Amino acid sequence: MIYSPSPLAVIVFGAFVAFTLGLSFYFARRTRSAAGYFAAGGQIHWFVNGVAFAGDYLSAASFLGICGMIASYGYDGFLYSIGYLAGWIVALFVIAEPLKRMGRYTFADALNSRFQSRAITLSAGISTLVVSVFYLIPQMVGAGALVTPLLGLPHWAGVSMVGAVVMLIVVTAGMVSTTYVQFLKGSLLVVFSAVLTLMILNRGLTTEPEAPGFRVPRVGQAVSESAVGSLSAAELGLVGEELLPEEGKWSDTPYISTRNLETGHVTVWRESPVMSRNADGVLAAEAGQVKFYETQTLTVLPDGKRLVNGLPQGHGEGETDFFPVGNIERLPGGETSTGAIGPVDFFSTLEGSDILLWKQDPSKYPVSIDGELATTTVYYPQLTAGTDILLPGKSPTFNGIRGEALMPKLNFLSLMLALFGGTASLPHILIRYYTVKDQAAARKSTVVGIGSIGFFYLLTLFLGLGAMTGGVIDPTSANNNMAAPLLAKSFGPLLFAMISAIAFTTVLGTVSGLIVAAAGAVVHDLMTSVGRMQLTDHEKVRAGKLTAAAVGVLAIVLGILFEHMNVSFLVGWAFSIAASANLPSLVMLLFWKGTTRQGITAAILVGMTTSLAWVLLSGDTFTAVYGLPAERAPVPFNQPGIVTIPLGFAVLVVVSLLTRRTNAKPVV
Amino acid sequence: MAPLDHGPAAGGADDTPLEQRRNARIGMLLFIIYTACYTAFVLTAAFAPQQMATRPWADINLAIWSGFGLLVLALVLSLVYSWLCRARGVR
Repeated sequence: MIYSPSPLAVIVFGAFVAFTLGLSFYFARRTRSAAGYFAAGGQIHWFVNGVAFAGDYLSAASFLGICGMIASYGYDGFLYSIGYLAGWIVALFVIAEPLKRMGRYTFADALNSRFQSRAITLSAGISTLVVSVFYLIPQMVGAGALVTPLLGLPHWAGVSMVGAVVMLIVVTAGMVSTTYVQFLKGSLLVVFSAVLTLMILNRGLTTEPEAPGFRVPRVGQAVSESAVGSLSAAELGLVGEELLPEEGKWSDTPYISTRNLETGHVTVWRESPVMSRNADGVLAAEAGQVKFYETQTLTVLPDGKRLVNGLPQGHGEGETDFFPVGNIERLPGGETSTGAIGPVDFFSTLEGSDILLWKQDPSKYPVSIDGELATTTVYYPQLTAGTDILLPGKSPTFNGIRGEALMPKLNFLSLMLALFGGTASLPHILIRYYTVKDQAAARKSTVVGIGSIGFFYLLTLFLGLGAMTGGVIDPTSANNNMAAPLLAKSFGPLLFAMISAIAFTTVLGTVSGLIVAAAGAVVHDLMTSVGRMQLTDHEKVRAGKLTAAAVGVLAIVLGILFEHMNVSFLVGWAFSIAASANLPSLVMLLFWKGTTRQGITAAILVGMTTSLAWVLLSGDTFTAVYGLPAERAPVPFNQPGIVTIPLGFAVLVVVSLLTRRTNAKPVV
Repeated sequence: MAPLDHGPAAGGADDTPLEQRRNARIGMLLFIIYTACYTAFVLTAAFAPQQMATRPWADINLAIWSGFGLLVLALVLSLVYSWLCRARGVR
């Protein structure tokens, strides 16, 4: 879909970015030391820090990715909400207070509190950099996805803009400004998500949502499957259309094409079984009965020109664009609207409803236009039971859990394990424990963080399902990262502007935090501790700013390269790498006295390299990044955690046992 | 604007060793409770997905109830932890 910028959205967005930068410049004048730059001087109030935790954590993955995944597939996106919050339990109950006690600036400080080993500092510093970069990718992809409908700019422009603004923020004031940006953004995100949820419930569920540009797709009448070939368009219930000869690209496919008798426009229709609820309330196909649903097509010509439904794509004269989709076809009891609805009734009504979800036909249909060979992609609606949408296993990521094969189930367990263990291993979360003054403040800020984050995650299912049924979905978007802001747009331009600006600030805040974490690792761990460079406080801050700029440029490049992937899925990788590299060392250092410095170093390096290698050799990477078939991937499933996290623990124990003697001090 | 004036890092009053041990004990107990619930949820979704379709209450399936339940449990346990660890001066 082509988006036009909304002036109001641009003004609100500009005001948000200006305020954020103003805040950053204000704090820049107060940041004089390395402690102030990297850890905010340890003086942030625990409540501010707690909400800033939410700001750090509720990244593009949560707001854009989870809502987008729920809007596309239903419950599966909510599994991420559950896993992400569960990770905070590990952070609060196991990691928070000891980490605060042991460290000063970075995660490596904590690991090194007992050993003062350069090898640990080096490996932890590298691991921080790798995890930060992997976490940065989805944030930048989310930024690009946001700016497209907001400002009408292409993806690369959005990514570059976020990169530039974030570098300005981080280079000016470091952790202090990052913290207050996160506080602001965390508060606004939770409050406005709650407002949006209340508006969804107040509007209720309807078969004809009033979103801008939305219309219910046309559908023919039920006919006998065996008679389809002999019926006219009128007999198929395709009013005002004439059938085109079934030849060329559409022969032997579930499609027919028609020409409108009035406008001459061509429409492609897809044959679908007639579905109805049986006596048990289960949605099932009626034997031998079919009907035709209107589809939307995209034809790409050899010169790159795009035709939508046979016309040039655009908003000018003689042009057209995709119309937004996603609606309930049948509500329980044949109603057309529920009116305002409570949260419990929202789910029970959806369970009894049938919803039109749009899919992309994986086949590319060749077509000859003026002697040139073009390809056509078809997007079509599919009637889906609400009961199916509200269960795990609908999305390609998780659909294996509904089958019998073991590998897809292991893939699911692996991701849920990585989400559980990954939070407490994320460098930009860990460094936030150093911005408060003591362990009690670390504990209290984590509780505030869990409260804010948990409340937001409770809302994600309402937001995602509201978008799914609200007529706001872009049928061509495989990842639907824009579902939540577009849902807001259906309530008016002001809410869209606010939500988009908050989402953009979300990306700014999270990227700032990640870049500060990466800069801290480079300057504090790699340059001064490992490289033994003698830097003054002022030089440390300057080196941190230079590193921040370099990481920012890298993030922009990666954000452009990974444009087409769902941001939540990408964050799953970051969690896997973080949990595999960092969690074994953190946990064993706290709970096993036999841990040695060699054990910690080996566990970090093995956990990081094996999880990274697994991700790079997975089927999803083969398909999405290398353009190769997933079957050629050498690893049996996509998510590494279930193998590489235990491997990290095993390596730590074995290496620690082997090196215990060399570490033992002689008794004099 | 004293609270926003960020000078060099300054340590606060850390917990005493006894308080640290008490907090660690409470944290571990609550961690085990939550982990058990989370594990049960994940294993049910993976190996008995049909159970998730059952509707225990209000015509809403177990998947929704258990998902919301885990989110609320995390909030409740974090508050319990904070309350149990509030007392200072444990000797």
